Amino acid sequence: MTEAHSSRSHSPAPVLIYGLLACILLVSAPHALHLPVWVSMLVVLVLGWRAWLTYRGAALPPYWLLLTLTLISIGSLWISFHTLFGREVGVTLLTVLTALKMLELRATRDATIVIYLVCFIILTQFFYSQSIALALLMLATLVLILSTWLHLQTAPLSLRARLRIAVLLLAQAIPLTLILFVLFPRVQGPLWGLPQDAYASSGLGNTMSPGSISKLSLSEAVAFRVSFTGPAPLHEQMYWRGPVLWDFDGRTWTTGKALQAKRAQLDQLSNATNYTVTLEPHNKNWLFTLEMPTQLSIPAALSSDFQVLQQQPVTARLRYDAHSQLSYRANVEEETQQLRRALALPARLNPRTQQLAAEWRAKLGSDDAVLRAALNYFTRENFQYTLEPPPLGVHTVDDFLFETRQGFCEHYASSFVFLMRAAGIPARVVTGYQGAEYNDLGNYYIVRQSDAHAWAEIWLTERGWIRIDPTAAISPARVQSGLAAALPDSLALPFLARTQSPWLLKLRFNLDALTNQWNQWVLGYNPERQFAFLTRLGMEAITWQKMALSMTAISASLIGLLALLLIRRASSRPTDAAQRLYHKFCRQLEKQGIVRNPHEGPQDFAARVVQILPHLAATIMDITADYVALRYELSAQANTLQGLRRKVNAFRI
Amino acid sequence: MLNVLRQKFRTWLFRPHIASGTVTLNQRRIFILPTRQGLFFAFVLLLMLIGDINYNLSLGYALTFLLSTLAILTMLHAFRNMVQLEIRAGHPAPVFAGEFAHFVFHFHNSAKLPRYHLVLQHSNKHSVLFDLAARQSTEIKLPLPAVQRGWLSSGRLTLYTEFPLGLFHAWSYLQFDTRCLVYPQPAAPLPLPLRAAQDGTGTLNTAGDEDFSGLRSYVAGDALPRIAWKALAREQGLQVKQFSTPQGRQLWLDWASLAHLAYESRLQVLARWVLDAEAQGLQYGLRLPGIELPPNQGTHHRNECLRALALS
Repeated sequence: MTEAHSSRSHSPAPVLIYGLLACILLVSAPHALHLPVWVSMLVVLVLGWRAWLTYRGAALPPYWLLLTLTLISIGSLWISFHTLFGREVGVTLLTVLTALKMLELRATRDATIVIYLVCFIILTQFFYSQSIALALLMLATLVLILSTWLHLQTAPLSLRARLRIAVLLLAQAIPLTLILFVLFPRVQGPLWGLPQDAYASSGLGNTMSPGSISKLSLSEAVAFRVSFTGPAPLHEQMYWRGPVLWDFDGRTWTTGKALQAKRAQLDQLSNATNYTVTLEPHNKNWLFTLEMPTQLSIPAALSSDFQVLQQQPVTARLRYDAHSQLSYRANVEEETQQLRRALALPARLNPRTQQLAAEWRAKLGSDDAVLRAALNYFTRENFQYTLEPPPLGVHTVDDFLFETRQGFCEHYASSFVFLMRAAGIPARVVTGYQGAEYNDLGNYYIVRQSDAHAWAEIWLTERGWIRIDPTAAISPARVQSGLAAALPDSLALPFLARTQSPWLLKLRFNLDALTNQWNQWVLGYNPERQFAFLTRLGMEAITWQKMALSMTAISASLIGLLALLLIRRASSRPTDAAQRLYHKFCRQLEKQGIVRNPHEGPQDFAARVVQILPHLAATIMDITADYVALRYELSAQANTLQGLRRKVNAFRI
Repeated sequence: MLNVLRQKFRTWLFRPHIASGTVTLNQRRIFILPTRQGLFFAFVLLLMLIGDINYNLSLGYALTFLLSTLAILTMLHAFRNMVQLEIRAGHPAPVFAGEFAHFVFHFHNSAKLPRYHLVLQHSNKHSVLFDLAARQSTEIKLPLPAVQRGWLSSGRLTLYTEFPLGLFHAWSYLQFDTRCLVYPQPAAPLPLPLRAAQDGTGTLNTAGDEDFSGLRSYVAGDALPRIAWKALAREQGLQVKQFSTPQGRQLWLDWASLAHLAYESRLQVLARWVLDAEAQGLQYGLRLPGIELPPNQGTHHRNECLRALALS
C-alpha cells in the first residue's frame, strides 16, 4: 500500500473531522450539567454545523464570520459571568473555543491542537466530579481520542483497527501510570490562591431558619464516613456536633459573633469511643465529632462552645482520628457573659410563648420542673414530625407552638430553646448530624445530608450544658432508627433513604463501599496518605527525593521491560519450520567461523562450506538439498521435513 | 571549537553506511527525537500537572500520568515501527536527463507486526509514503529528478515514521551503492547526418527504400511513426515496425563532425541521432574521443551507444 506522499497540510479527511467532533461532544457532554444552557446549545450547533459542512463537502465559513462569532461568544460569556477569569468561565471558554476551532480546521496538522484541547477538557471535568462513573466515561472517551489521533498517522486504517491500537496503547500505559500515581511526590495544593468558585459547598450552614434542615434532609449526598475502632455507640447516642447557634432574630438562628471566652472545660468523662472520620469537603471550617470531643489527630481548635474548628475551610476530603467521651459535664463554670447571651431574646416577638414560659416559671419554680413541662407540652399537644410543615407568620414560635404544630427538627429545636430562654434557662441551638447508617460490607458508618439535625442545649447549675433533643420527645424513632422510620410513608423522601428490599440495600451498600474505597485510595491519595502507604510497603525515611528516585528507577525498568517485549515482536523470526532448521544448521557453522553472507544463496553457501569442511560434504549437501526442496519446490514431500530435522539435529562438526 | 566538535560528532553519529546488500534496521541505525508537536504536548502535560497540584485533582493526576506514559510509549512504538525492516536496493532502469529516475527499494517486513506510515524521503523532499503489512514485502519506487547525464546516485535517503501519535520522529539514514544511468537529454529533433552515410554506390539512402521486415516490441525512445498501430488495435501490445536495411549502408555518428557545438550539446545531438537512427532501422556506429562503437542495430546497441554518451 503506497501512495505519493503529499504534504501533511492537505485538507483533513471527513473521517478525521467526524472523529474529532465525536471527541469534543463526548468530552464536554458532562459539562452540560453545570454550564449555562445557551453554551451547551451553542457548542452543539457549532459542531453540527461543521458536521453538515463536511457532509456536504462545502467550504468553511470565512475568517471574518468566525472572528465575529468568537467575539460574540466571548462577549456573551462576559455578560453571563461578569468576568473572564475564574474556573467556571475558564471551562466554558475552553469548551466554546474548542468547538469554534473546528470551524477553522483547514489543515490536518490543526487537528493535533484540537486533540490537545480535548485532553484538557477531560481535566476540567474533574473539577466537578471525580466519581467512578465519570472516570470510566472519560477512559472510554480517551480510547476514541486516541483512535482519532492515530488517524493522523495511519490514515488508511479502519476505525476498528485504530480502536484496537488505541486500546492496546492504553493497556500498555496502565502499569506505568499506576507506578507514577503511587510514587510521584505529591504536593499539597493550592500553589496559589484559587478563585472563590473553586469549591462546591453543601451541607450545614452557620445559620438555621425554618426549612433549612428539612431541605437538606432531601439530599442523599454523603456528609462523612466513620469507622469506629471499638464497638460503635448506639444510634441514639450518635450526635455529630456541628455549628452552635446563639443568636435569634425571630426567624433565623446564627452563630453570632464569637465572644472572648475561656477554654471549654469537660469533666466527669466516661464512655470513651475512638473513630476515624472521612469528611467530604464542605467548604466550611468546622469538623464533625461525636459529643464531646477530647482528642483529634489533626490540628484544630476547640471553641468554648465545643465546636471543632480548623483554620482553613475544608476544601478537600479530610480524614481524621477522633476521641470522644459520650458522658460528660460541660462548662460547669460558664462565664456570666456567655450565660447572658444564652438568655437573649428578640423583644416583642412571640408574646404567647413568652407568656407561657413565664407562667410555668411562676407555677413550677425549679429549672427541672420547667424543662419537664416543656417536653410534656410537646408530647401532649399532638405535635407532628413532618418534612412539609405549613408556613409560619411573623411570630414563628407562637405560630408553631400554638397553631400549626407541624414541623421538622429545626422547628422543635428553635421553639424549645426559645421557651427555655423565656423561662430564664440559658439555652442554645446545636446543629449537626444525628445517627448513621451501617455498611457491613466496609464495616463503617455513612452519615448523609439527610441525617442533618438540630437539637438544644440548656445550662443548669452544677450540671453544665446538657443536650435536650425535643425531636426525640415527639418522634423517638427519628433518634433511634433514623429519618425513614420517623416519617409517614407518603412523604417524598429520597429513594435511597427509605428502607428497601434486602438486595437493593445490599447493592446500595456495595456501591457505597466501592465509592468509599475509591475516595480513600484514589481521590484521597494526598501527601499524608502517600506517606502512610509507602511506609506500609516497607519504605523507610521517606523523602520526596527518595520517592522521585524510586519512581524513576521503577519506571525506567518498566519501560525497558516493555521495550524488550515490544521489540521482540518486531524481530524477524523464521516462521517456516524448514527455515528454522536451516538457521540452526547455519548457527552450528557460525560457531566454526563460517558465516553465511547475506547475499549468499543456500547452494553457493554449501559449495563454500564444502571446500572448508570437505569431510562433511555429503551431509552438508544433503541438508542443503532438503532445505532447498522444502523452501522452493512445491513437490516437496512431507517426510522431507522430518528428514531435515533429523539431519540437522545430528549435524556435528 | 565547540561547533567543530559538534559537527564532528554529528558526522560521526550520522556517518553513512553505504550498503550494497540488504540493510536491516537496528538500534544503531535508528534515531529518535521528539517532534515539535511532541514538545508542545509535553508543555500541555506540564500545564495539566500544575492544574492537578493546584486543585488537588487526584483523577487529574491519573489522567496526566496516563497521557505522559502514552507519550513515552509512543517512542517505543515509533522505534518498533522501523526496527528489523529489511531493505534492499533494486536496479533502476536508465533514464534520459530531465526525466525522473525511479529508484527501486525492496522493503521486507519479516515480523508478525504491521508497519504503518513509513516515509522514504530524499534530501530534496521527494518522498513516498507507504504501509507494510505483517510478513509482507513491497517494492517502493522513489522518483528522483535526473538532472545530469552520467551516474545518478540515490544519495542519502531518510526513512522515517511518526507513528503512532506524531509525538516522536524516528528515522534512519539509508545510503545504497545503487545508481541510475542517466543518458544525455536528446536534443530537439534534427535531421540525421545522412550526408555522411556511406554505401557502396555513394548514393544517399532515404527512408523510402527500406523494406519492412517485421515487428519488435516497443522500447522507450522509439519514434511514434514507427509504432504499429494496427498491431496495437489487435491487442498485440505496443510494437514497432522494423525495416531491414540493406547491408553496407552504414551511418556514422561522429563526435568530430559536431565541432561547432558545445560539449554537452554535442552529446545531446548524438543522443538524438542514436534514437532516430535506431528508430529508422539504420545501421549506425558511434565515434567518440577514445571510443568507437562499430555500426550495428538493435536495442542493445542503442543502449550501448547511449551509455557511452552518458559516461563520456
